[in-house]
Amino acid sequence: MIEEITTAKEGEMVINIGPQHPSTHGVLHLLITLDGETIKKLEPNLGYIHRSIEKMCESLSYRQFIYSTSRMDYLSAHINNHACAMAVEKAMEIEVPERAEYIRVILDELTRIASHQLWWGAMAMDLGALSPFFYAFREREVITDIMEETCGARLTMNYMVPGGVMTDIHPNFVKHVKDFIVQFKSKIDEYDTLVTDNIIFQNRMKNVGLLSAEDAISYGTSGPTARGSGVSCDIRKTHPYSLYSKLQFEEVIETGCDSFSRYLVRVKEMKQSVKIIEQLIDNIPEGDFVAKTKAVIKLPKGEFYSRAETARGELGVYIVSEGGTTPYRIKFRSPGFSNLSALNHMVKGYKIGDLVAIMGTLDLVIPDIDR
Amino acid sequence: MGNDELLEKLKELFPDASIEQGNDWPELLFEHAQVADGKFLEVVQTLKSTNEFLFNYLFCETCVDWKTHFNMVYHLESTQYRHSMVLKVKLNHEQPSIDSLSFVYRTAEMHEREIFDLFGIVFTGHPNLKRIILTEDWVGHPLRKDYDDPINMIKL
Amino acid sequence: MLSFENISHGLHNWLSAIMSETPVVLIELTLVALAAITLFAALGLILVYMERKVAAVIQIRKGPNRVGPMGIFQTAADTLKLVMKENFMPDSVDKFLYKLAPFVVMITAMLILAPMPFAQGFQIWNINIGVFYVTAISSISVIGVLMAGWASNNKYSLLGAMRSGAQIVSYELSAGFAILSIVALTGSLNLNDIILSQQDGWWIFKGHIPVWIAFVIFMIAVTAETNRAPFDMAEAESELTGGFHTEYGGMRFALFFLAEYINIFIVCGIGATLFFGGWMPFHIGHWEGFNHVMDYIPSSIWFFGKTFFLIFVIMWFRWTFPRLRIDQLLNLEWKYLLPISLFNLLLITVIAIKGWHF
Repeated sequence: MIEEITTAKEGEMVINIGPQHPSTHGVLHLLITLDGETIKKLEPNLGYIHRSIEKMCESLSYRQFIYSTSRMDYLSAHINNHACAMAVEKAMEIEVPERAEYIRVILDELTRIASHQLWWGAMAMDLGALSPFFYAFREREVITDIMEETCGARLTMNYMVPGGVMTDIHPNFVKHVKDFIVQFKSKIDEYDTLVTDNIIFQNRMKNVGLLSAEDAISYGTSGPTARGSGVSCDIRKTHPYSLYSKLQFEEVIETGCDSFSRYLVRVKEMKQSVKIIEQLIDNIPEGDFVAKTKAVIKLPKGEFYSRAETARGELGVYIVSEGGTTPYRIKFRSPGFSNLSALNHMVKGYKIGDLVAIMGTLDLVIPDIDR
Repeated sequence: MGNDELLEKLKELFPDASIEQGNDWPELLFEHAQVADGKFLEVVQTLKSTNEFLFNYLFCETCVDWKTHFNMVYHLESTQYRHSMVLKVKLNHEQPSIDSLSFVYRTAEMHEREIFDLFGIVFTGHPNLKRIILTEDWVGHPLRKDYDDPINMIKL
Repeated sequence: MLSFENISHGLHNWLSAIMSETPVVLIELTLVALAAITLFAALGLILVYMERKVAAVIQIRKGPNRVGPMGIFQTAADTLKLVMKENFMPDSVDKFLYKLAPFVVMITAMLILAPMPFAQGFQIWNINIGVFYVTAISSISVIGVLMAGWASNNKYSLLGAMRSGAQIVSYELSAGFAILSIVALTGSLNLNDIILSQQDGWWIFKGHIPVWIAFVIFMIAVTAETNRAPFDMAEAESELTGGFHTEYGGMRFALFFLAEYINIFIVCGIGATLFFGGWMPFHIGHWEGFNHVMDYIPSSIWFFGKTFFLIFVIMWFRWTFPRLRIDQLLNLEWKYLLPISLFNLLLITVIAIKGWHF
């Protein structure tokens, strides 16, 4: 780091954004080289919250390792757990009961809404509008309450287990989810009035942080980041898992390639998620919520990969098994890590104020990047 | 392209590699000697630019330590055809090194730094190969199987 | 009737009766200084409390509600905390400038208070170039901000200070032109004369649409000049963590913080004086009866009421709008506000010459 500072060219300034900075939303450290206020180069420096989850998982059983993934992308804990459970189920060829699949997808989509809402509030806050954060939390709180009622946790859920879900849903679950949908639908337009249609906001976001479709693919971006560049990459559509092949919903794609497109993708995705929940919530079938599995899971020898669409993009779980009770090697392909790799490309030539607008639309969750 | 068809095509194109159908996707395995001296880049370029494959999306890049050797694992997908494959390269354990893909797939730059950091694989031609997660003065590569840190590691 | 004017006059007469002129002036100066400082402290507490309550209402939450009834002592408790804090100073700062900067900002804010007519006949210094004095003195605060940014030896501070410099210097122009338009209408730089000219109605109502335009430009420009969101480039906490006061803590930080609120009060006071008649009650032309009823409300209440309304508007801005980017901010000034206000001034001058206003 030190030599970097001393090697800055005449007229350039190296500045540390983070590890403690209000707009990195966690302990991310970015070294940026500035010419005046214009960014010349950006280099992420990771590892402040690295817990080596991959190494830890090598000594955890196939039931245990799922819990550590709630701590990766803590805003999509359910979806992370879902992806891991799917990997184990795929290897064990476990048939997941219908009821469990319904519960899983509903919770996944609720998680997605909650995550996007937090992002929406934080995004507006990054751009200096402090109030939307509270409006976002008004609805998010309802989801968090539903989560708490269902699985006892508000952030790190640990609800999905190989074969289904851990416990059955609360008797009030359906009612509360329906109440939430009614409330959410009446408020979502408020979001647009307050933020999306604001002229200052649009000026800040449009034509900022351009990422062409080709670059988006090359940088391995996924999720709303890539879909804002017109790349179709929603795993729910391209490689449907769980119930998604049976559901009616649209993959939101915007072709603006700028921050505003990425913003719109997320806002519209919330509406799609509501649509998905509406299709499921009335038809949760009766039956088991978890398949019968052995107490000790032993995966057959081989390599297993499962993909899921988290709120941030594609989560890949790659398990290499030697036939034992613990994975031989496990790799989490986290969406944040790949999305972050595009940041340097996206911010070049923009101002510090834009860095915040661009980083905000990547929706980085630092534990997801560091793992 | 379906997996079977893909398998056939790959066999045609790379007769000397060992190709098999994995759990999800066709798996292409090279020995390090087969892809040394820049040949690996050619292989990847072929996979990326051949019209039948167009594997333009590297969605996962990682490494597995098999104690006797390392396996580099690349998961490739074509955003156009939606088919995927796994590309593996066996590296020796003493001095593991392989061509960097960071100019073919830009995302590889960060992934390779991570692998360098945690496995100690040297990527030739990487523009900025240094530790990314651990501190610069860290000794050893934690994800290797022979790595032991009696102070900081908790064994379960 | 008990009013500020009577109190001050009574005090002056009583002092003059018991001692000669020089000690009277000295005692009065001391009293004024004490009053000004008290006003500052009180304003700081009230405005911070108000800001938090306004924010709370806008953000659908309760705001401070623990310390005292409705949380009114919250800001006092916060101030106490800031006073008790260690006066920490980083090692590599320019010590003299670092210490001086908060005082420059604070003293500037205090100086502008001098020609403010708080109520009928109640003013610290009735200066005949009051408007000019205010615009001139208020520019000094940018020096304090630049000083703080430079002396902190921190890149964030420097960036914040530079932004602030560019911003304040630009927006002074628009604010100046907006003020000039009222000066053109009244033909006087004296704040008292400006108020008296609004005896038959405030300028905002008398001056047709051009005065409305001037008022809107004035509000935008002063929001920018006081470094308030959506123009808080200098602080921009999500970009520059704290801007020019990143390295300040404790009471030194509090002085910056306080000066910001005092500045808001002052610019809103000026705005109220120029466009809404200052302490002048709501008068409509020659409706003597109506005007007489309005006169029963004390002039100080009129002044503070209007000022606090404008402060509320500025707070409303802050909690609603996202922040502009620095280049957009300067574009707004140089490409839109400045040409509009120049043209507007021309229009108002024509109105003033032709006597087209009411």
